[in-house]
Amino acid sequence: MPYLGDEHTVRELRRALSNPNVQADHLRYRNTIHRVIRVMSQGQDVSGLYSEMVKACATVDIVQKKLVYVFLCSYASLNPELSLLVINTLRKDCSDHNPMVRSLALRNMCNLRLPGLSQYVQQPLTVGLKDKAACVRRVAVLGWAKIHSLQPNTEMDVAVVNELYGLLRDPDPVVMVNCLRALEEILQEEGGVAINKPIAHHLLNRLKLCDVWGQSEVLAVLQRYRPRGEDELFDILSLLDPALLSHHAPVMAATLRLFLSLCSTLPAVCMSALERARGPLLAAAGSTSRELRYAALCHIQLLLRSEPGLLGEHYKRFFCGYAEPPYIKQNKMQVLVELVNDDNVAMVLDELRGYCTDVNTETSQTAINAIGSIGRSYTDRCLAILTGLLGLKQEHITSAVLQTLRDLVWVCPQCGDAVCSALEGWEDNLQDSQGRGALLWLLGVYGDRVTGAPYLLEDCIDGVRSEVSAEVKTELLTATLRLFLSRPAETQDMMGRLLVYCIEEEVDMCVRDQALLYYRLLHCGIEEVRQVLQGGRRSDPSLGPLIGRPPEPISQWASIFNTLEPLTLGASTVGNSDPVTPKLSTLTPNTLTSNAEAMTPTPGDPHLPDCSSGALSLSVSPALTPEEFERLWLQLEKGACLEVCVACPVPRCSPEGLQVALQLVNIQTLAFTPPNTHPWRVYLYTHTSHISTKTPHTLILAELLHTGGEGEKEEEEEGEEEGEREEEGEKEGEGEKEGEKEEEEEGEGEKEGEEEGDKEGEEEGDGEREKEKGLLVVMRQHPGDQTALRGFLSVLTTVLHTLSTHTACTYTA
Amino acid sequence: MISQVFILSSKGDHLIYKDFRGEAGKDAVNKFYEMVTALTGGQPPVVMKHKELHFVHIRQGGLYWVATTKADASPFTIIEFLNRLTALVKDYCGCLSEKSVQMNFALIYELLDEVVDFGYIQTTSTDILKNFIQTEAVSSKPFSLFDLSNVGLFGADTQQNKVAPSAAATRPIVSSQGEQGGKNEIFVDVIERMSVVIGANGVLMKADIEGEIRVKCYMPSCSEMRIGLNEEFSIGKSQLSGYGAAVRVDECSFHQAVRLDEFDTYRILKVCPSQGEQTVMQYQLCDDLPTAPPFRLFPSIERDSGGRYRTLFIHVPLSLRQSLFSYSAAINVSITIPVPKGSLRLSQELSSPDQSAELQPKNKAVHWEIPRFPGGAQLSALFKLEVSGLSAASLQEVGPVSLNFELPKYTSTGLQIRFLRLSPIQPGPSQRWVRYVTHSDSYTIRI
Repeated sequence: MPYLGDEHTVRELRRALSNPNVQADHLRYRNTIHRVIRVMSQGQDVSGLYSEMVKACATVDIVQKKLVYVFLCSYASLNPELSLLVINTLRKDCSDHNPMVRSLALRNMCNLRLPGLSQYVQQPLTVGLKDKAACVRRVAVLGWAKIHSLQPNTEMDVAVVNELYGLLRDPDPVVMVNCLRALEEILQEEGGVAINKPIAHHLLNRLKLCDVWGQSEVLAVLQRYRPRGEDELFDILSLLDPALLSHHAPVMAATLRLFLSLCSTLPAVCMSALERARGPLLAAAGSTSRELRYAALCHIQLLLRSEPGLLGEHYKRFFCGYAEPPYIKQNKMQVLVELVNDDNVAMVLDELRGYCTDVNTETSQTAINAIGSIGRSYTDRCLAILTGLLGLKQEHITSAVLQTLRDLVWVCPQCGDAVCSALEGWEDNLQDSQGRGALLWLLGVYGDRVTGAPYLLEDCIDGVRSEVSAEVKTELLTATLRLFLSRPAETQDMMGRLLVYCIEEEVDMCVRDQALLYYRLLHCGIEEVRQVLQGGRRSDPSLGPLIGRPPEPISQWASIFNTLEPLTLGASTVGNSDPVTPKLSTLTPNTLTSNAEAMTPTPGDPHLPDCSSGALSLSVSPALTPEEFERLWLQLEKGACLEVCVACPVPRCSPEGLQVALQLVNIQTLAFTPPNTHPWRVYLYTHTSHISTKTPHTLILAELLHTGGEGEKEEEEEGEEEGEREEEGEKEGEGEKEGEKEEEEEGEGEKEGEEEGDKEGEEEGDGEREKEKGLLVVMRQHPGDQTALRGFLSVLTTVLHTLSTHTACTYTA
Repeated sequence: MISQVFILSSKGDHLIYKDFRGEAGKDAVNKFYEMVTALTGGQPPVVMKHKELHFVHIRQGGLYWVATTKADASPFTIIEFLNRLTALVKDYCGCLSEKSVQMNFALIYELLDEVVDFGYIQTTSTDILKNFIQTEAVSSKPFSLFDLSNVGLFGADTQQNKVAPSAAATRPIVSSQGEQGGKNEIFVDVIERMSVVIGANGVLMKADIEGEIRVKCYMPSCSEMRIGLNEEFSIGKSQLSGYGAAVRVDECSFHQAVRLDEFDTYRILKVCPSQGEQTVMQYQLCDDLPTAPPFRLFPSIERDSGGRYRTLFIHVPLSLRQSLFSYSAAINVSITIPVPKGSLRLSQELSSPDQSAELQPKNKAVHWEIPRFPGGAQLSALFKLEVSGLSAASLQEVGPVSLNFELPKYTSTGLQIRFLRLSPIQPGPSQRWVRYVTHSDSYTIRI
């Protein structure tokens, strides 16, 4: 039938519907209507039959009625005039003695969605609210919400609203929940239903009578209620406690969300709620429904952001099943990475090793990436697995391993040796451009230690004409130049060829410009080249990026818990070809918590700004990786930039202490030099947004620099005596850089004095002494927003002041 | 709240479309199908977004069950609702397939109408719904002579009659034939899913059991049912129970309607089952199986020493544990062995003709199917693979072996149902069935 033309079908059906013989035989009539609905649900337009169907509506046969209503509700908006005819039948049905007919008529009356008809509908709805059958009351209550949504701007009758509030005490739980839903919609502009103490307690007491859907809805509405005191709060919590263990995931999730919002000021209670809900969450993560499994896994990832130790012993629950779809496997691996600790690392790596040869290439790449991220803390084991995988000689595995190794040596330079030995005797030819890029990068950086590096590069240079990816070409240029620095004799010739090709024949402008840049750079002399290329390798060798993402406060994600957002978040990261590798905590949770405890006096400190009170709010998510930070930092050099001198001594607390303190105001520390070195630097970032205004979110990157000012010489010597870990070469380099910085600083300082005179006047006025102890704050921002920068600066300085006074106190005590 | 619900066949045909709130147009259906077919294998498809509309979908019975929403709803609620909807459709139509949905579209519209109003879920309990649903289900399975396989020769009662036919529980709960077709039956199924990882050295690395007791009730009126579990059933790790063969689970949760007043002392669950299917109890056991895992596999791999280094011998002796299965058998056993990428041809030696094995080059795996595996038996197979470019590294690509199987009449936790009593005693003839089955969720053996 679907293949016949619409016209033909409609004509045939119309003939059948208006045939008196058919109409007389109710079974035949019903079957014809059946056919109409079937055609309709197949997606054909049968709106032409509207008038025939209106006639069919007047019947005593309930099944036929229901079928006709399905049709009428779908096409009412196309035939508003004819629908008036239906209203009469419906109104008659509303006074039928059978409650089922009454509720059916009432429901479909509102479902016609014709604003013009609302005057006819209101009267039966008012009557329906007082009906003795619960099923009619359910429909009538929601009917008011439907009417409101048709005419959202008209004022709702106060009497109706009051009536609905009254029906919250209806004996039927569904009517009660429907009242909540209707009031939420009708009173949307006033912020939804008003939850006062009697209503809240009434809802809580009736909770057990509702089914799971009602329960989760009531729990969601209760989030708006704020208990008066601790006693009431704990009464509510103990009432809700059994629901945390519900084996219905919707109820459990809604309860947990309510717990988190009620106890946002009581972290200990939140933690124990998370622990209670652990069992049901794990059960949901092992449910037969794979969609539910996925939802649970995404939420578990949220939980782990604040409580990495929560599921440590249950790591086996996240081993992948053989037949699970790739997206679940990948999610489970991301969870596994977070759960690694000394006890289970061997088992987890063994398991992940098995996934590397998965049939699905994305799954195997995720597994390799996961091993790479574990490698940041368990380097040796992971390197052994990764280099072993190269032996498989499978294209996609090799490519993923190379990319992972590149990321790993960037963070852990000590793995260089293992990587070099893996590259020794390399002969594969990779097709994948990302893998080739990674190989070239490694060859460039470790060219001096890999014997065959020039030959490998030569192969690439010979094939550069057929290379399509511009990224590989730029990577090739850089690698060749780097290799030239370490092994000039072998590389010079091919480098010449490459530069000639790139400058004269290359069509991609980026590649050509880079080639030109290198060409001119080579004219300047080998020292310049060295400085540019090898300086870029690591901005400051003494800077070890802080691996380890300290636990986020629960409030960071509580607002998106049990919403669709975690599921779509997962989609964006997993779908990405280059997944953002989650960071691993090398600092054990214990040390972190002890630091946090040590710092707990600070929140109570009056100096500490409350970041939520001002118009400016800071947040650390989305997190930046050290690589991203560096890229942005260099990119924004020319953009919004502000340098300010702050009169504040170097905080004498430990790096971790500083980190935790800054975290309390949502500033993330990314890297810093060891405490007693000079110059002392810290790199920070944060995201800002204004609560009041509509200005977009901005990202602020900042560097704290303490050069030591005039007293530099002495302190420098002191530093030498104290810490001998600074190597000779590094210090020379540092010295040079420092000199530059210092000049800059002086220049800037003067300029600043004029620019920011009004703001920093006092501090600048202090002159010499201030410079001695002052910290230089260099801030870069994207996109530019001066007020946000100022706000950030004031938060930062307050924290620094607090810290120095706080530590001073502890020192004197 | 839910804006629309629709059901699509795997080919994208519209089967059911219902708009609850009039917020989004009908073109959302086509948009959804475009998006879902454009997904690559690795992308999580559960939640998708187009403009303001979120699509949440599940796949069941080869169909897409989709709900759309504009508000930021709870994913757990929507996914559970869709799961519940599929269960309801299964209860009412007998089975889940494109055909049964197509034939019963009027019934499904009616269901949706009663279950959801204005995007809000009203009720999903079969007890309440059965008062409202008027349309009768059209059973998609015609009467077939093959269904009579259980009837013995000349109509005599055979031993097999003691076993419920597997198709018995796949009929609509509301039957039109009245007393004749709708027998007073109740099925209690104990279903366990096993996920096991066995290390290369034969050590059990992970063994999880997820189990549930499912009741499927066809009785129009059943006031109370008492399900007695093993008396030595214990929950949690702390409870040590002497020397007896204790049945232990780590965690256990019950359906809302289950009354547990006799559970602590006598291990009796009291429940008033509503018509249709429901899960009465769920339990989990991690890592501490009371018995050894049912299958053992000791594969050995050799490279051909015949000079050409092209052939790989994989010898897979597979044994099913003897003690428990002398009376029973594993069915539908399928074994997947990943093989090196360059595998070209497979020749095999299997121990009986009803088994089959084939090489699937796309998945880089050998599939070995055994329809029936008697208890205590040991089967073995020898696969000879021709591999192009065979190297030492190719050997690493072999394994881990994964098994799929079904063990009827067996629970790995040892959970048993002692008795099943209905009260008051049903007037007509009623039949009570208790079935046990253990599935392999994921059973992996490393090489």
